[in-house]
Amino acid sequence: MIINGVQIDATFAEAFPMKGTRAIITAQNEKWAMIAAQAMTGFATSVIACGCEAGIERVLSPEETPDGRPGVSIMIFAMGGKGLAKQLETRAGQCVLTSPTSALFAGIDGGIRIPLGKNLRYFGDGFQTSKVISGKRYWRIPVMDGEFLAEATTGQVDAVGGGNFLVLAQSQPQALAACEAAIEEMKKIPNVIMPFPGGVVRSGSKVGSKYKALNASTNDAFCPTLKGSSKKTELSPDVESVMEIVIDGLTKEDIDKAMRVGIQAVCDLGVENGITRISAGNYGGKLGPFHFHLQEIMA
Amino acid sequence: MSALTLTLKTRPDQRVDMSPLVCQKLENLDPAQIGAIKLHCGKKKLRVDELFTISGFDTKHILIKNSFAKLDYIGKDLEDGIIHVEGDAGAYCGMGMKSGVIKVFGNTGLYAGCEMKKGQLEIDGNAGDFLGGALAGNKMGMKGGLILVKGNAGDRVGDHLRRGTILIEGNVGDYCGSRMIAGTIAVMGHTGKFLGHSMRRGTLLLWNTPKLSASFNDCGSHTLAFLPMLFNSFKGLNSRFAENEIAFNRVQRYAGDMAEIGRGEVLIKI
Repeated sequence: MIINGVQIDATFAEAFPMKGTRAIITAQNEKWAMIAAQAMTGFATSVIACGCEAGIERVLSPEETPDGRPGVSIMIFAMGGKGLAKQLETRAGQCVLTSPTSALFAGIDGGIRIPLGKNLRYFGDGFQTSKVISGKRYWRIPVMDGEFLAEATTGQVDAVGGGNFLVLAQSQPQALAACEAAIEEMKKIPNVIMPFPGGVVRSGSKVGSKYKALNASTNDAFCPTLKGSSKKTELSPDVESVMEIVIDGLTKEDIDKAMRVGIQAVCDLGVENGITRISAGNYGGKLGPFHFHLQEIMA
Repeated sequence: MSALTLTLKTRPDQRVDMSPLVCQKLENLDPAQIGAIKLHCGKKKLRVDELFTISGFDTKHILIKNSFAKLDYIGKDLEDGIIHVEGDAGAYCGMGMKSGVIKVFGNTGLYAGCEMKKGQLEIDGNAGDFLGGALAGNKMGMKGGLILVKGNAGDRVGDHLRRGTILIEGNVGDYCGSRMIAGTIAVMGHTGKFLGHSMRRGTLLLWNTPKLSASFNDCGSHTLAFLPMLFNSFKGLNSRFAENEIAFNRVQRYAGDMAEIGRGEVLIKI
């Protein structure tokens, strides 16, 4: 398949089941809601070493938030429910509770309930109070700038992590420009996040390593400087840079949509902007049950 | 299907225990069977059809017409369904109700909504003492749900209130929120003496400045984030509480009762 001169490989991205949740952070203005959201989703690019994958889903208008203030919706994904709950709690405690004027609300009403403000309330040292409003419990924790308001729980649902595609380009600036265009479009899709810095990862990994202590290492098949030395190289001589976009989402369909708009944005730039191929990371179907076939998605 | 309508034929001298006439107990009964139910009236037991004319079939929606202040225990332990009362209701209206809606178009007597667990009790007129309170000797009053009074309420509103919300558009008597354990009482009108006496936790939300006991400490003026959410939750009510103009988030906060554990609060609109 070729779109605007860009070859779409006959391969698939391989994703795996995760547990996901969403939280809504509000503050006095969008600036401070965003600061809290960025802090909460920091150091959360990959479960390989961060414990979770997290990102900002979108900015919310005051009409869309529970307390009528500007807000930001964030999503966190982890390999298991226990790990997710732990990450959510520590991040909420260290990054949102501490952020001026912030409040924290559930972003998913259904699913298994996991603590959001339920345990953070103990920071109130006995001065905390709760209010049940429309059937939902909120904790009011006295803090130095006033009160920190946090919903007791949020919902944990089954999710999908690790959807991805690779952008192969004739130069590094061209690969990055294409990825930036893709991320711009993918951010418009609900229920997904792209957890890597700016949504783009330049160090895609393969499973395993020659070093026993490591369970992931550089994806040498797509490293352009190894075109002549790696036996597994999948790059043609004209490819000088490869970048990857990783997507976590609540459902396979959400990731499908995000991949489609992302790949389309890259293809719109086309071969005249140095984009040669779109490929994907897979591990022969051994890593996870969710397969995103690129050509099917773009058909 | 039309509502099961019970129209009072005569006003007995003695008080009537209406507790058998709740939706869940009348399910699958035909009018003849409902008419044969016996109600305590003083020392006597009267058949329902001796007191009421019965019409309609929908036992999930009961309409009591010509009601007066001696019909006690209307909607006691109600589990789902709707009860409308045209006229006044006696004491213990909605006592212990578990869900559903009771709407009284007149006044209610003592202990309306006492120890209720869930659901909604709406009173168009005035309510007597111990609204949403605990029965004498019991340690917990209302445990959930919502009570809305469009008129005034008597003394000891929310006595021992454990959870839930009591909204009063008019005035309340003395000892409002006494011995409160938690929950919210909002009063648009004026409050009597000994407000929040021995309250432990919970919120008394007021539009007018009360006369507070010395055991309530001024915590200053604040903008509280939960208040807009609380007012938003009243939007669906047929009440002044649903109006945008009455909402506020800026309050003077008093903590108390310091003679108790002092975790309660009186929030006064500023």
